[in-house]
Amino acid sequence: MNDETLLARVSRFIGTLRHCQHLGIRAVSATENELVVELPYSDAIVGNPETGVIHGGAITTLMDTASGTVVICALPEFELCPTLDLRVDYMRAAEPGHPVYARARAYRVTSNIIFTRCETFQEDPEQTIAHCVGTFMRIGPEATPKAYRDLITGGDDE
Amino acid sequence: MSLSGEMRSALQAGDYQALIRAVPYARTLGMECETFGEEVVFRLPRSDDNLGNPILPAIHGGVIGGFLEMSAMISLMMSQETPRLPRIVDFSLDYLRAGLDRDTFCECHLTRQGNRVANVIVTAWQQSRRKPIATARAHFIMD
Repeated sequence: MNDETLLARVSRFIGTLRHCQHLGIRAVSATENELVVELPYSDAIVGNPETGVIHGGAITTLMDTASGTVVICALPEFELCPTLDLRVDYMRAAEPGHPVYARARAYRVTSNIIFTRCETFQEDPEQTIAHCVGTFMRIGPEATPKAYRDLITGGDDE
Repeated sequence: MSLSGEMRSALQAGDYQALIRAVPYARTLGMECETFGEEVVFRLPRSDDNLGNPILPAIHGGVIGGFLEMSAMISLMMSQETPRLPRIVDFSLDYLRAGLDRDTFCECHLTRQGNRVANVIVTAWQQSRRKPIATARAHFIMD
């Protein structure tokens, strides 16, 4: 699959996640095994009204989305993979007023489990805001209705 | 870290609901809380805007994470004698069952409160407390 097709797929997938639309989360780039997703700054995700710093929960949502979506890049065929667990380390507060980016990789794919890593950053990719490792369970493509699979793949699996 | 006046007065009054309302992200999720004597149960009413998987449909995993993290933070703030804003250090989240499109509840236990670091365990459920949908463990540092 070329990167353009991948980006179209992951964008369609994120487009079906209502809460991601609510927060304005969108895919920025996708390659095989690597995905970058953006969370724009907004008043809705502020955790400390005094400083305007984003709440950790919104960062968790960004990283869960990036990690759960990078499995689309890592698998030959589209399948929904529920999250088993996430472990998030918060290194520093995000700078208010600026978007946050999450870069996720699927570093090991087995027949049952996908292992992911993800880090979030702002202007400088070296200045990590938070880091996350996750595991996702494979339940097989058949567990997802064909109409939904076709919607995500745009029918380009056929 | 500084607290807004609204948060400070909610803390002094011991008013969980007012403290939640003072945090924009908590309002975005729509979370609430109820107290039963000394027991506190946080509630996340069902909402279309909180959905992820459209097939089941299910609540976005990140929303469940945010709800649990926010609840842990609020209950920790309420347990402090002096008003301080906890800063989250790390957060481990196990998803046990799909969070379906209905109300979700959670309760927090302060497992250990040291001088600077606190450890909080959170359990979330929907239909029955005996069938948790997620558990979380968080460390906070108190400034």
